[in-house]
Amino acid sequence: MDAGTLFAVTTMVVAGLAVAVGTIGPALGQGRAVSSALDAIARQPDASDSITRTLLIGLAMIESLTIYTLVIALIILFVNPVHTWIGHI
Amino acid sequence: MGGEGIVPRVIVRLGPVEITATVLYTLIVSAVIVAVTLVMRLGQRRGLSVWQIASEFLMEHLEGVMHDMAGSNPRPYTPLVVTLALFIGVANLSGLVPGLHAPTADISTTAALAVIVFLAVPIYGIRSRGLGGYLRHYLQPMPLFLPLEVFTELTRVLTLAVRLFGNVLSGELIIGVLVTLVGLLVPIPLMLLEVLTGVIQAYIFAVLTIVYLSAAIQVQTD
Repeated sequence: MDAGTLFAVTTMVVAGLAVAVGTIGPALGQGRAVSSALDAIARQPDASDSITRTLLIGLAMIESLTIYTLVIALIILFVNPVHTWIGHI
Repeated sequence: MGGEGIVPRVIVRLGPVEITATVLYTLIVSAVIVAVTLVMRLGQRRGLSVWQIASEFLMEHLEGVMHDMAGSNPRPYTPLVVTLALFIGVANLSGLVPGLHAPTADISTTAALAVIVFLAVPIYGIRSRGLGGYLRHYLQPMPLFLPLEVFTELTRVLTLAVRLFGNVLSGELIIGVLVTLVGLLVPIPLMLLEVLTGVIQAYIFAVLTIVYLSAAIQVQTD
């Protein structure tokens, strides 16, 4: 397998794995966040507006961690700067 | 739903400046917002219209959040925050219109919005606390934290830009891929999800701006 093919294969595998692994942590975190929010709403239905708003903001924060991984994977696949560093393969 | 890729395509080149398709879509979004606002102002008769109630609701809600966080009069900062929320909201939703492409799906747009916040926070902080007071707040918990504080300041800009860009672009990519693979009906639930994501991301951007501003303009509770 020559260097060009090896580079391409590695790129594809790494990008796919990165997105797959990068979703595990935030998914667990979001599950715990929603679970606590449900507990809080069940305990105090009056505060459900404020709790929902805080929950949505928290979920978006956690979601953005997965998004960072996705952006890096997209950069690796499509606008990889290594191509200009080592000449077009 | 647009065939634009990740790198924007260039429409026109004025000397060294490249005008990309994203600039066109940004102008369209701005034109839509200005047109709706003008219609709302000029068409004012007795009684309230739906648009006016909706925009007042948005403004009062964001002012309420600002007041809760900063404890002071939110009015000087309202234009920045509500404009960001409105522009990003309409920009994200415009990606769903066939033929249009969300301008926030380009990292240049989101980076520009994040730079606006990055510049606004010190400017408002200095205006409300004076240059010395603002610089002193970097040494606040302990002077040892100074590099950490500076680093936090810089990464906040980055995360604002990347969060918005990643959310909008991934929504568009998924819908584009699905339309190619499975036809026109299957992406509809995902388009609904993208409506939700677009609105939430605009709200998150505005609320984070409020949080960063409140951290910088703390006047009384120091």
